[in-house]
Amino acid sequence: MTQLPSRTDRKLGLVIDLDTCVGCHACVISCKGWNTENYGAPLSDQNPYGAEPSGTFLNRVHSYEVLPDHGAAQLVHFPKSCLHCEDAPCVTVCPTGASYKRVEDGIVLVNESDCIGCGLCAWACPYGAREMDAAEGVMKKCTLCVDRIYNENLPEIDRVPACVRTCPAGARHFGDLGDPDSAVSQLVERRGGIDLMPEQGTRPVNKYLPPRPRDRLEREVDGTALFLEPVADEPSGFFAWLDKALEKI
Amino acid sequence: MTHRQPPLDTSPPVSDEVRKTTCYMCACRCGIDAHMKDGKVAYIDGNRDHPINKGVLCAKGSAGIMQHNSPARLRAPLKRVGPRGSGEFVEITWDEALQIATDWLAPIREKNPEKLAFFTGRDQSQSFTGYWAQQFGTPNYAAHGGFCSVNMATAGIYTMGGSFWEFGSPDWDRTRLLMLFGVAEDHDSNPIKMGLAKLKERGARIIGVNPVRSGYNAVADEWVGITPGTDGLFILALVHELLRAGRIDLDYLSRWTNAPVLVNGDPKSPEYGLFLRNEDGRELVIDRNTGRPAPFDQPGVRPDLAATYRKAGISHRPVMHHLATRYLSPDYAPEAVAERCGIPAPRIRAIAAELARVAFDEAFTLEREWTDFRGETHKTMQGRPVSFHAMRGIGAHANGFQTCRALHVLQILLGSVEAPGGFRFKPPYPKPAEAHARPHSFATPGAPLDGPALGYPQGPEDLALYDDGSPARIDKAFTWENPLSAHGLMHMVISNAHAGDPYKINTLFMFMANMAWNSSMNTAGVIEMLTDTDVTGDYLIPRIIYSDAYYSEMVAYADLVLPDTTYLERFDCISLLDRPISEPDAAADAIRWPVVEPDRDVRGFQSVLCDLGARLGLPGFVNADGSAKYADYADYITNHERRPGIGPLAGWRLGNKGLSHGRGAPNAAQLDSYMNNGGFFATPVPPDAQYFKPWNNAYQDWAVELGLSDAPQPYLFQLYVEPLRRFQLAAEGHGDLQPPDHLRAQIRERLDPLPIWYDTLAEGQEGYPLHALTQRPMAMYHSWGGQNPWLRQIHGYNPLYLPTKLMREHDLRDGDWVHVTSPHARITVPVMEMAALNDTTIWTWNAIGKRKGAWALKDNAPEATRGFLLNHLIHELLPERGDGLRWANSDPVTGQAAWFDLRVRIEKAAPQGESQPVLPPVASPVGPGPDELAWKMGQ
Amino acid sequence: MHPAPSVIIFTTFSGLGFGLLAWLGLGLPTVTGWVACGFFALAYLLAVGGLAASAFHLGRPERALKAFTQWRTSWLSREAWVSVTTLIVMATYGAGLVFFGVRWSALGWIGALLCLGTVLTTAMIYGSLRAVPRWNMALTPVLFLVLSLAGGALLAGQRVAAIWLLALAGVVQILTWVRGDDALARSGTDMASATGLGDTGRVRAFEPPHTGPNYLLREFAYQVGRRHARRLRVIAILLMAALPIALLLLPLGHAVAAVAVLSHVVGVLVARWLFFAQAEHVVGLYYGKR
Ligand SMILES: Nc1nc2c(c(=O)[nH]1)N[C@H]1C(S)=C(S)[C@@H](COP(=O)(O)OP(=O)(O)OC[C@H]3O[C@@H](n4cnc5c(=O)[nH]c(N)nc54)[C@H](O)[C@@H]3O)O[C@H]1N2
Ligand SMILES: Nc1nc2c(c(=O)[nH]1)N[C@H]1C(S)=C(S)[C@@H](COP(=O)(O)OP(=O)(O)OC[C@H]3O[C@@H](n4cnc5c(=O)[nH]c(N)nc54)[C@H](O)[C@@H]3O)O[C@H]1N2
Ligand code: SF4
Ligand code: SF4
Ligand code: SF4
Ligand code: SF4
Ligand code: SF4
Ligand SMILES: [Mo]
Repeated sequence: MTQLPSRTDRKLGLVIDLDTCVGCHACVISCKGWNTENYGAPLSDQNPYGAEPSGTFLNRVHSYEVLPDHGAAQLVHFPKSCLHCEDAPCVTVCPTGASYKRVEDGIVLVNESDCIGCGLCAWACPYGAREMDAAEGVMKKCTLCVDRIYNENLPEIDRVPACVRTCPAGARHFGDLGDPDSAVSQLVERRGGIDLMPEQGTRPVNKYLPPRPRDRLEREVDGTALFLEPVADEPSGFFAWLDKALEKI
Repeated sequence: MTHRQPPLDTSPPVSDEVRKTTCYMCACRCGIDAHMKDGKVAYIDGNRDHPINKGVLCAKGSAGIMQHNSPARLRAPLKRVGPRGSGEFVEITWDEALQIATDWLAPIREKNPEKLAFFTGRDQSQSFTGYWAQQFGTPNYAAHGGFCSVNMATAGIYTMGGSFWEFGSPDWDRTRLLMLFGVAEDHDSNPIKMGLAKLKERGARIIGVNPVRSGYNAVADEWVGITPGTDGLFILALVHELLRAGRIDLDYLSRWTNAPVLVNGDPKSPEYGLFLRNEDGRELVIDRNTGRPAPFDQPGVRPDLAATYRKAGISHRPVMHHLATRYLSPDYAPEAVAERCGIPAPRIRAIAAELARVAFDEAFTLEREWTDFRGETHKTMQGRPVSFHAMRGIGAHANGFQTCRALHVLQILLGSVEAPGGFRFKPPYPKPAEAHARPHSFATPGAPLDGPALGYPQGPEDLALYDDGSPARIDKAFTWENPLSAHGLMHMVISNAHAGDPYKINTLFMFMANMAWNSSMNTAGVIEMLTDTDVTGDYLIPRIIYSDAYYSEMVAYADLVLPDTTYLERFDCISLLDRPISEPDAAADAIRWPVVEPDRDVRGFQSVLCDLGARLGLPGFVNADGSAKYADYADYITNHERRPGIGPLAGWRLGNKGLSHGRGAPNAAQLDSYMNNGGFFATPVPPDAQYFKPWNNAYQDWAVELGLSDAPQPYLFQLYVEPLRRFQLAAEGHGDLQPPDHLRAQIRERLDPLPIWYDTLAEGQEGYPLHALTQRPMAMYHSWGGQNPWLRQIHGYNPLYLPTKLMREHDLRDGDWVHVTSPHARITVPVMEMAALNDTTIWTWNAIGKRKGAWALKDNAPEATRGFLLNHLIHELLPERGDGLRWANSDPVTGQAAWFDLRVRIEKAAPQGESQPVLPPVASPVGPGPDELAWKMGQ
Repeated sequence: MHPAPSVIIFTTFSGLGFGLLAWLGLGLPTVTGWVACGFFALAYLLAVGGLAASAFHLGRPERALKAFTQWRTSWLSREAWVSVTTLIVMATYGAGLVFFGVRWSALGWIGALLCLGTVLTTAMIYGSLRAVPRWNMALTPVLFLVLSLAGGALLAGQRVAAIWLLALAGVVQILTWVRGDDALARSGTDMASATGLGDTGRVRAFEPPHTGPNYLLREFAYQVGRRHARRLRVIAILLMAALPIALLLLPLGHAVAAVAVLSHVVGVLVARWLFFAQAEHVVGLYYGKR
């Protein structure tokens, strides 16, 4: 219940590749679709056809501009859902035990039938990963698709979160971040994956892979003197060259 | 510390059944799994086996369930009772609706079939709708391609037998450098993203050329924030650099392109600039083995790129000479174009160097033996791991055709088209221009047209002009103004019909195009034209029939509305005769099928056309005894034969010995086979046929066997496009068919057979220093996505994005308002800052703005209050030049609408209550949607 | 943070109520019979009313009892326990005063301590949230406690204590504001740490994930104009402390005392509004709201 397990058997989570995410929102909507139809109450929408439509989403994609000291501004798409923190403050603040972290895999869940909708867990989460459903009055959050990843009614290959399955750009990876040999851990290792807001002390399980450096072509090409050399100074030189080149074909 | 957790069922049932069909939230046509509960669609995800999306699904696709249940769905046929545009209708029965349509159309067909203008949107059934139009007998048929991507399509087809998207794609598994030009999302939505993912995984480099650094351009390793409209110049500067350094694939050019083909060099000759041909009409090259001219396709010929040839006192130089002479000119040097393009010269040179490095220094070979059309067998396939993809960013300009041509030429010079690692065609492409039909434009009362209305002209003789020189088509396609308008000019139909120029029509019949809103230029003007009356009070466009599935803005302007089903309720056919779902390694087609039956009185539009065709007695839609030939569209899909043994679907036909693919007799159980196979059919291209398809015997034979063509059709890539030269010759005074004088200069200059670049800044646009663009949002589809409550939370309104520099210059902050003025009109809209944006460019998301009353949205929906259309600023005509002539805002070669040539200026405005202009609301026959949604199907 | 009336009313009035109860528990003033009844009625009205108001904040108030289960980790659960215990203890104590005219002083002392405990647990609901740096300070519980005691003193007619405590409350409040104003900056959480993108350059929020509003923005992205806030702070301090002190320094009459109480309550309400409205939740960083 509200207390965090002293340790979890596994640390299931997501690795999100900011180098690759094109900001298409596919993960946002597949998550909405799956979780409307599955775990707990449907994710409702208020005023769906009017001014200020506002519904519950468990995953949202932000975008940021990064302005380097030199060179062009960059744009980064930034999906964000629950990070399934190891020291999840959202769990310990919960007065009812509705919020809990699973021992077997570290997934942080809300048991909706215990939730009084006090909102405190959302206050405690620094990442904005919890949203109160206005129709149901209970707290909603990413379940890491706990009703997919072990679901024997799905083919084995589909036992991954809906957002991971759907991401067309392959920017979302799912696995056990507690196992240093897992593919996701290796990926994090290789690409220098990072925690969001490490200073908040939440120890997120989900990791983010930073974008690779951009706009380096001139520097590279320049450095290796790879600018194209003219065949000859005069245009006619090209024809001379052409003749020679052709003899070789 | 104790820890307890509640019991949890981690294996709940997912669905009662999965029905596999094809998505239609956009034109990408991914395979979907519709998870059914209690007979209803409960959840949609991607079909893992599908060749297009392999299981992934975009935001729109996943939101399909909300579209399918949209409150904006039409419920029954509608007859207009109020004035046009009021939105006042009564529901009528299908019998009545079809009777009205028949009563209107039958007399037209009897007397002047061209007085029916039948235009369709992105319906993906053009081989069917085109066939219907042809049987009706009107040349006035086209789909939306004229305002969409005809520049890209024609440039590709005339140059190399296909272009991007449905025509082909980068070799995602092997390419090491991808350059993207002017792509925000494209039709190939999921495949591009999946492809980019593959590149990223391999660490291949991506260069994005786009004034805006969002989406694909944001993940690109290099961003080239080009000034809009200047890509042609940039590309030709790359060509200049590559030529200057000799870093081009000469072997490839000599074998597979018309670089060695000899061009007549006699300025006085009527053949000047045309190819030297033999008696059979075959282009001639100099054979390096003999030094003598020979037809290009003669077995054993080794074409010479350099040799010139004198015949009858006329010297003929190969295309390569013309090309090199032109682009080696210092006019195309990086330094000469840098400022105009907004790209520093060193960056242009670095990109050229990188293209060359990857194409030649990272070249590899595939161990696959293949034989070319000259009979030569090659032990390996030469890879060139450089690829390109481009779309409307370079296409939707009035210099777009030539820019797209330039890009294709660049690809070809690098030897990367159809080479491993380069760009690859998808069956039925490659297919050169000559293998397509030519336009058929002249109607005969009471009879079908003698061929398909649309096609690819080869010269002035293919123009749609009556003997008096007046246009035969309402959209003036295939005229001297835009001779190669292979997709028609849908954006001119309403304007021309209203003006009675070139003639008046009787009935405008449209399907699935929101022409009273986001697909028209000059939206407010178009609305006026639709409602304008003559002195007697009759509408200038007498009758409008329209088919839509939802209450879109256009519905309000129809006299008769034929309500379509949603995509989950009907049969559709995504055919190899048309725009199939093939991938480079497989020919594939697909269907949609009714995974649920409609709960309203609506009918699939294609079925309605079958019915209407029978009522009108159109050949092709009636049996010999006059009875209806097809019960519905499913019947047509199964039993129609375009050529003997070739039908709409290629899979599971009846061959001589049981089931066969491609060719074969109709099979009554064909649709069942598709449904059982996940809604699609795919057959692999054999490994030795997978590359160099235009010249590869194995591919050509395979294509014939499958029925993609009836005979092998190897051809050369056209660096130099001879049909363009034929139009130029006419403009220079040769031949009987002569352009009007005011168009001579335009044709001489713009229809250059080698790519050129020209500025599109028209007279009258001075003083409008900024470029204004739109982009496709990945999570929204034109106007029809806006009714979707999940998607409209993501894009409920569209700010105008301004570069930081302009924000400062005009003292603006996010949320402030500006007046945006073009030579034609003014809008007032909210702004937002974007740093990663070309300094002279402003942009917004496309088609977010909505008309009040439409789409079952409430009048205070943000789409209608803060959202806006840039279309108000774009006119279908250019500012007047004082010569009394109407100059279309279109590409002079193809008629492509030049959406992205828009020039504007901005001024800060006082805060507004709503974006301006605000059009009055339309009444709604469907009413607004509910105030809350919280449903689960499986409860 | 969104300054929801329910939480403002809850914290303000329960603080006052438990403050008054604490003084009553200490026997200041020592009252019995009807007078005690009046005092206790007022205290319970404030304390219970405040607690009840908090229930309006719940999505599922009918399950409120479940909130008692997680006292090991949750300050809200602890508050539930302590407040109910306090109310029972003080009710017993009050019954002695009202019905039997006796003062079980030990019980009173325990009750008073529990009252402070209740206020402390309330304060810690906010003070323990690292995600809201302005609240996540030792000063938060101090402020709640001092305000509760000062308000209680005022209601309990403890003039001298009230004057000193109000003064102290004013000082603590000002300190809280001063320390609070750069709490976010000191917390080390910023756009760079939130996004991890700081190494490449300056980070600015571009498009939000949805053009439509959402729960997070409604709940956490509340922003008050700086000038507006400054003005409200002056008003709050004047009403909460300065004016009541001035009034208390006047010769005391019931009317004047009532005005002092009213002024204090309004002052605290304003301060509490600011407490919520000015509190920056770090999630705002993701929306470029900080
Ligand atoms: N999600 C979604 N997908 C869609 C659609 C949709 O509405 N939504 N629409 C479909 C349709 S009909 C079409 S036609 C395709 C269009 O697919 P795209 O061609 O990708 O569509 P646009 O958004 O028009 O993209 C134009 C891009 O070109 C850039 N651009 C504009 N001018 C220039 C220029 O001069 N040079 C360069 N280099 N770039 C320029 C713009 O910034 C923009 O990024 O998308 C299809 N796919
Ligand atoms: N400013 C600006 N304007 C542009 C462009 C641009 O880049 N900038 N791009 C242009 C381009 S490329 C295009 S393709 C056009 C697109 O513009 P439109 O073709 O007008 O596209 P939609 O808004 O999608 O409208 C299509 C209509 O089809 C209807 N529909 C949807 N599903 C069905 C169905 O199943 N059956 C039937 N019968 N109807 C259905 C919808 O309700 C809608 O009314 O916009 C053009 N307009
Ligand atoms: S991200 Fe937020 S909701 Fe998820 S575990 Fe961490 S603190 Fe809790
Ligand atoms: S809202 Fe529900 S899950 Fe969150 S803290 Fe309150 S009771 Fe627990
Ligand atoms: S893991 Fe499941 S619940 Fe979590 S964001 Fe992805 S789809 Fe949504
Ligand atoms: S689906 Fe993938 S690419 Fe699209 S927004 Fe989500 S993470 Fe990014
Ligand atoms: S790209 Fe998206 S909307 Fe288009 S067909 Fe595929 S899944 Fe459907
Ligand atoms: Mo389009």
